[in-house]
Amino acid sequence: MSVDIAVIDYGMGNLRSVSKAIEHVAPAASVVVTSDPAVIAAAGRVVFPGQGAAPDCMREIDARGLRQVIVDAARSKPFLGICMGMQVLFDHSEEGDTACLGILPGTVQRFPHEAMHDEAGNKLKVPHMGWNNVHQAIPHPLWVGIEEGARFYFVHSYFVQPASPEVIAGFSHYPFPFTCAVATANIFAVQFHPEKSQNDGLTLLGNFVTWNPGASETACDMSGAACA
Amino acid sequence: MLAKRIIPCLDVTNGRVVKGVNFVELKDAGDPVEIARRYNEAGADELTFLDITASSDNRDLILHIIEAVASEVFIPLTVGGGVRAVGDVQRLLNAGADKISINTSAIANPQLVKDAADRYGSQCIVVAIDAKRVGDHWEVFSHGGRNATGLDAITWAKKMESLGAGELLLTSMDRDGTKSGFDLELTRAISDAVDIPIIASGGVGNLQHLVDGVKEGRADAVLAASIFHFGEYGIDEAKRYMKQHGIEVRL
Repeated sequence: MSVDIAVIDYGMGNLRSVSKAIEHVAPAASVVVTSDPAVIAAAGRVVFPGQGAAPDCMREIDARGLRQVIVDAARSKPFLGICMGMQVLFDHSEEGDTACLGILPGTVQRFPHEAMHDEAGNKLKVPHMGWNNVHQAIPHPLWVGIEEGARFYFVHSYFVQPASPEVIAGFSHYPFPFTCAVATANIFAVQFHPEKSQNDGLTLLGNFVTWNPGASETACDMSGAACA
Repeated sequence: MLAKRIIPCLDVTNGRVVKGVNFVELKDAGDPVEIARRYNEAGADELTFLDITASSDNRDLILHIIEAVASEVFIPLTVGGGVRAVGDVQRLLNAGADKISINTSAIANPQLVKDAADRYGSQCIVVAIDAKRVGDHWEVFSHGGRNATGLDAITWAKKMESLGAGELLLTSMDRDGTKSGFDLELTRAISDAVDIPIIASGGVGNLQHLVDGVKEGRADAVLAASIFHFGEYGIDEAKRYMKQHGIEVRL
C-alpha cells in the first residue's frame, strides 16, 4: 500500500518531531518515517529532514541506497527539505568539503567568523540558534496564512547560496541577509525547523500537505498571458 | 533579527513536575504534558526538562514524558539529568527531544560530549556548567553543585565548545535560589570567551534580572523556573518588559 507522506529516515536526528507535526496537521493522512526506497518512490509527497553534519548526511544517504530515490522524488512530486535536508540539495557544502546531491545549483557556506557581529559591535554566536524573522521573497502556496516577517526556529552554522536567485523563496538576517527558503516547481526547502516553530510552522506544514504544484501551472495555462 | 529566548525549566522526578506550577485552573500541577502545553500557549521559546529522578528504576519515565510532550507541543525541547552515555542521548532524541543537556557526565568523561556531537551534531548537545566563585575565579561543580572539580569555568567552557557543544547552560551556584539576579560577571565572562550561545540560569527574582542577563551578561537566552511556575510573572509579561528595554523578543 502506498503512503501519502514519506519522511525520509537516513539516520540523522530527531524525526519523531517532524512526523508528529505532520500527523498533527494531516490527521487523515498516512505518514511513515522510512528508509525504504520503494516506499519513498511510491509516496504521494516526500519530506526530507536532517540534522548533523553534511559529510555524515551524504554518507548515510549513500549507505542506505537513497540517493537516486531522493533525486527522483525532488524532480517529480511535492518535496519538502528541512535544515540539512535543504543544504544537501545543493552542489557542494563547505562543511567537510562535501559533494552533495546537486539537485539545485549552488553552495553551502559557514557563517564567516569575521562577519559575526551586530551594528553595535556585539558578537553574534554560531550556531545561529533561536527564533528569527523570515522574509518572504515571493508569494508561494506554502507561505499562505503566514505573516511576512514571522519568526521561525533556526539552529544551524551553515547556509545555502543558490546560484540562481530565482529559486529564493525566503531570507533572514544574521547579520547579513541569507537564503532560508528556496522553491522550484515541486520543491520547497527551508533552513528553519517548521516542526519546531509553533503555529506558523504548523501552518507551513499544513500548506505542504495540501500543496498541489501542478495546480498553479494549470491555472496559468488557463489564464494565458496574465502569468507570463 | 534573532530574538533572545526565554526558557522555563521544569524539574521532573518519577514522571511528575516538582516545585509546583501555578497556572490558573491548571487541573494537575504535576502533569508535565499539561504544563508544557500551557507554557507553549504562553509563548515560551523553548522548554527545558531536568530529570532529577534519583532511582534508575524510574528513569525511563522521562522518555514517556518527552514522547507525549513532543506529540503536541511544537517548540524545541531540551532534556537534561542523568545523561551518561551516547545511548542515553540517542534514546532521548528518539523520544522527541531536540537538545540534550550533559553536566556531571561531561566532567567525568569529556569524550562523551565529543562522541555525542560527532554522532548527532553540535546543534543538539548542550553542556550544563554549574559554577561558583572561588577566590578570583569561578570553579565548576558537579553532582548538582555538591562536588568541587578544580576546573576553571572559563577554561572548561572553551574546552566544551572545542569538543562540539552547541550551546552552554550556565548556572551560578552562588545565585541559584537567591532571587538576587544572575551572576552577570560570570555570564559575561563565559559569553565573551566562546562563540556558541549561552543560556543564563540561577538567581532570577524579577523581570529586570532577565534584562540584565541579556544586556549586561550578554546571554543569548535566559532560563528561569520559580518566577514563572509560581505565577509571579507570565512569559508574555516578561517578553514585553524585555522589549520595552530594547531587547529583541518573539511576541
